[in-house]
Amino acid sequence: MTLDWSVFCKDTLTGEVAPRCFSFLFGIDPNADPTYLDWLISAWGWTLAVAGLSLGLAFILGVLIGTLRTLPQNNAFHRSLAFLGTVWVELFRNIPLLVQVFLWYHVVPAFFPWMKSFPSYLLVSIALGLFTSARIAEQIRAGIQALPSGQRNAAIALGMTTTQSYRYVLLPMGMRIIIPPLTSECMNIIKNSSVAFAVSVPELTLFALQAQEETSRGIEIYLAVTGLYVVSALSMNRLMAWVERKVRLPGFITASNTAMH
Amino acid sequence: MKTYSWSALFGSMAFVMGSFVFAPSVSAQQSTLDKIKSSSVVTMGVRESSGALSYTIGDGKYAGFHVEICNALLRDIQKQLNMKSLDIKYTPVTSQNRIPLLQNGTVDIECGSTTNNATRQKDVAFALTTYVEEIRIAVKANSGITSLNQLNGKKVATTTGTTSVQLLRKHERATGVNFEEIFGKDHADSFLLLESGRADAFVMDGSILAGNIANAKNPNDYKIVGEVIAVEPIAIMLRKDDPSFKKAVDDNLRRMMKDGTLTKLWDKWFMQPIPPKNAKVGLALSESTKQAWANPNDKPAEDYQKK
Repeated sequence: MTLDWSVFCKDTLTGEVAPRCFSFLFGIDPNADPTYLDWLISAWGWTLAVAGLSLGLAFILGVLIGTLRTLPQNNAFHRSLAFLGTVWVELFRNIPLLVQVFLWYHVVPAFFPWMKSFPSYLLVSIALGLFTSARIAEQIRAGIQALPSGQRNAAIALGMTTTQSYRYVLLPMGMRIIIPPLTSECMNIIKNSSVAFAVSVPELTLFALQAQEETSRGIEIYLAVTGLYVVSALSMNRLMAWVERKVRLPGFITASNTAMH
Repeated sequence: MKTYSWSALFGSMAFVMGSFVFAPSVSAQQSTLDKIKSSSVVTMGVRESSGALSYTIGDGKYAGFHVEICNALLRDIQKQLNMKSLDIKYTPVTSQNRIPLLQNGTVDIECGSTTNNATRQKDVAFALTTYVEEIRIAVKANSGITSLNQLNGKKVATTTGTTSVQLLRKHERATGVNFEEIFGKDHADSFLLLESGRADAFVMDGSILAGNIANAKNPNDYKIVGEVIAVEPIAIMLRKDDPSFKKAVDDNLRRMMKDGTLTKLWDKWFMQPIPPKNAKVGLALSESTKQAWANPNDKPAEDYQKK
């Protein structure tokens, strides 16, 4: 079994080896036909774009919903917000991801015709973002509930409102605790973005499925795609490790003093 | 303290990947006829929705023109090997996994809708061409589209992992017609794109288009229009370097071409109502397919384009 990496220098139209591996994408030679390498790089871009959009959405909604679920149950309004949070989490984490993607792509636009003009990458980002928001919400809840009850009580004793106690005490402390599981979630979202192939987003998985068929060099194509997924997920891991170090508060419960990296 | 080093991690990953890549394929060495004889089992690779060529009728049952040809020739091989019983198993395959599954021995014979081309011939062998496919365009009957050139600025659906994608790209480049491609994950999905209005046209093998239209909620809403974009020989796929099995399959196919069995099967699958909905595909036997039966051959698609 020999590997033939020259497949990436091949022209995607004729299948011949092109004079330049990287011609079309960076405008070096705008008239040239794209090579498989050009296509691979643009597919990587789509993967990162879908993952980035979803992560932004998932993070904002996750923090919000996770917070709602931990509100003190002292009045009917708080109880209904907490109930809403529970419904959200159970709805989005109990439906398989691929099914959610199809629901957003085929079913939701059938009920709201104005959504038919939405590009598929946006719909898949919404689907992936909401799916992941349920998971992040649970981590936020875990982080806040892991704090000693004295933290919340101290905030109240200082005269803070509920909003202020979350903004200045509970969330900053809770979110530091959950950085490790959040790192996994950020890496997961990159890998989960591969479902976007099913709704025609030209990302890495779609590239792999199509290019291996056209070139019959499946092993090289899949190795390259696997490599890019590993590079993307590991970079996310390193980025989060850096964030963890940056926001560490010496002497607090985050136990960062003995962290490994 | 650092508990592991990155280079060691990458080293071990490279090792694991390497062992996948270089794992020798054991099953490739045994001839398929020996395998059939010793195990009394043969596994047929079939498709979930490849038009009337090979498709599921539910409950894990598969049918179609190629599936019936394969069943007939496997029964003939059973007789020729003097076997009392032969268990024919079905394994659904996709465009992406059909070649690896055939190579690693999961399936022994693929009866789907695979184009015989030169690149694939490096990895697998093909039986005599039983069907010559014409790549066509399906549109909604009320769309007014009658040719590929009218698709400028329109959305065109096709299926990921098929040769049609590359064909469309080439055509786009050659004619300057610019359309937006949408990729369905399988043929049923691509047809859904056309049905739901997300795509204006579906470019694919004629039989697949006809089969999907026949099984649509309302077959009269769709029609196949325009020029033949390309012609491709479709054949039953076999493992490479297994001459005894290829000869057994080809001999039986040649006989079926001569004695009119294939013409009868064509009528059964493409002209008469077929399960599960008892709808007609309505695809008349094309001149190019007749030619292939009159002069049995296993030439790749490249030879057809030279004409």
